[in-house]
Amino acid sequence: MAILETNDLSIQFGGLKAVSHLDLKIEKGELYGLIGPNGAGKTTVFNMLTGVYQPTGGTIYLDGVCLNGKNPVEINKLGIARTFQNIRLFGKMSVLDNVRVGFGNSIKYSLLESFFHVGRYRKNEKVVTEKAIELLKVFDLDGEKDTLASNLPYGKQRKLEIARAMATNPKLLLLDEPAAGMNPNETAELMNTIRFVRDNFDMTILLIEHDMKLVGGICEKLTVLNFGTELAKGNTAEVLHDPRVITAYIGEDE
Amino acid sequence: MKKFTLSKPAKDRYITYGMLAVIALVVQLYITYGDASRSFKGLLVPTCVYILAAIALNLVVGISGELSLGQAGFMCIGAYVGSTFSVMTEELIASSALRFPLALLLGGMVAAVFGFLIGIPVLRLRGDYLAIVTLAFGEIIKSVFNNIYLSTDKNGLFFSIGVESKANHEFDAATQVDYIKGAMGISGTPRDSTFLICMVVIFIAMFVMLNFIDSKQGRAVMASRDNRIAAEAMGVNVTRAKMTAFVMSAFFAGVAGVLYSHNLNTLQASTFNYNLSIQILVFVVLGGMTKMRSVMIATIILYVLPEALRGFNLSNYRMLIYAIALIAMMLINNSAAIKRVREFLRAKFARNKNVGGEV
Ligand SMILES: Nc1ncnc2c1ncn2[C@@H]1O[C@H](COP(=O)(O)OP(=O)(O)OP(=O)(O)O)[C@@H](O)[C@H]1O
Ligand SMILES: [Mg+2]
Repeated sequence: MAILETNDLSIQFGGLKAVSHLDLKIEKGELYGLIGPNGAGKTTVFNMLTGVYQPTGGTIYLDGVCLNGKNPVEINKLGIARTFQNIRLFGKMSVLDNVRVGFGNSIKYSLLESFFHVGRYRKNEKVVTEKAIELLKVFDLDGEKDTLASNLPYGKQRKLEIARAMATNPKLLLLDEPAAGMNPNETAELMNTIRFVRDNFDMTILLIEHDMKLVGGICEKLTVLNFGTELAKGNTAEVLHDPRVITAYIGEDE
Repeated sequence: MKKFTLSKPAKDRYITYGMLAVIALVVQLYITYGDASRSFKGLLVPTCVYILAAIALNLVVGISGELSLGQAGFMCIGAYVGSTFSVMTEELIASSALRFPLALLLGGMVAAVFGFLIGIPVLRLRGDYLAIVTLAFGEIIKSVFNNIYLSTDKNGLFFSIGVESKANHEFDAATQVDYIKGAMGISGTPRDSTFLICMVVIFIAMFVMLNFIDSKQGRAVMASRDNRIAAEAMGVNVTRAKMTAFVMSAFFAGVAGVLYSHNLNTLQASTFNYNLSIQILVFVVLGGMTKMRSVMIATIILYVLPEALRGFNLSNYRMLIYAIALIAMMLINNSAAIKRVREFLRAKFARNKNVGGEV
């Protein structure tokens, strides 16, 4: 069974059909790309998958559970975590704390234990801090654990967003333009990190990206959106050579 | 050796505790053995009350990122509940070592309940609604307590809001005792607030709040402050997080009110006016709105200095200067328009950097 399945997914903002009749099917462990020109509706798809927007039509199923009508908190608990196109870190918190927020629902202790730092607090905080540092190591951020998130350089902020999303222990990870603003070296490194995350954490990843080198390099399957509708879908190599896709992108450059 | 390494926030906490201990010790030695003036001694408990009210408010303003203008209202509730309790139980519980902690807890708890009731409708909303509602709350509380009458006689308890029903009530004159007398307030509260007790209470409050900030619940509050949408996407229940901080703040403001009222001959609701809420907010804002310690230091400086400078007649302008600084800082920090501009610029830069890429 597919881990994520949308049927006929649509949303309308006033008169604008931002996404229409989208069918996505993502299998467990896949690295799946969602591409398309600016304004095609890619981020809007993420916003529907994570409960930020409610679709005006169609269904979303995660691992057999219907997500329609659920709010972002519930959806995160059910197993979808995301990053944001316009970075949304907890700027005045440390790098470590950003990740520890992600672990919030996996540790259990009461408010009273927090007030006095007793009981389960100590053990759970120790465990969660160790786990957070392990995760930061994957993204090569452990050296900056005490830095304020807003003081990180741009590329590292993008990586911290992924680390924080991973901390919520998702089944499906959504990355919205993870390489935006990165130089080619950083992008190459990011590609390795994304592959590493998929392989070592058994993760299923759906990503939006404009950098075709990254898309061609790591995505196994693609869906191309244009004006909110599916233009093409299938294996990466085939889709990227599809004349309609090429036209859509060239059209955008003008 | 590894056992003795402390995390950064833990180290920071111990500095604050050390500072509190030093202040308590030095001041206590000075008033016991030195020649402290009457006016200096008179400032001690109020300063502590302001410190507690300010660090409690910082939990909402600084840590949770919400604007609250009703701190005086919660202090008023705490003061009245605590004083009424102490006056009524003075004979029943003779030992102030037992009675006063009970009064502190009770005052704090009733204030917390009010905080919860206000929070239910308001904290679900996005935007600066809390400021409006807490502003109204403070004014309403002040007016209500200004008109409360509580008496007993051999027939039992009499309670009314508004003087008419009291005037119409038949009291047994021989056994009548008036506890709360409308605008005249409560008199005869035992003077249980001492400087040392105040410092102990501040220490406990500081301990609980700093521990809270360094916990998963505290991190959830700060995450909700820094980015609500991202917090929700990470599974943080934003409403619950903000509610926790708000109720804690109300609790400690209530406790501050109890400390305050047990230092006065007569307690009157008119003390807890809008100016008081603003003054406490000023301590928080000028204390930087992040560290509890800075807020405490700002409170000491800003409260004690003008009192000491009273002779120079500067206090007339105090509120004016406060108001201007406050408005400027609120405009810069909290305005939705400026937040939007900031976010727009950030998005713009992200997009521009991307334009150079392939395809
Ligand atoms: N909340 C909203 N209200 C109205 N229109 C919206 C809203 N969100 C998105 N849109 C519109 O929906 C369309 C798709 O936007 P979306 O952000 O999903 O594009 P995108 O594919 O992510 O583009 P980009 O590559 O620039 O990020 C755009 O025309 C956008 O203006
Ligand atoms: Mg987008």
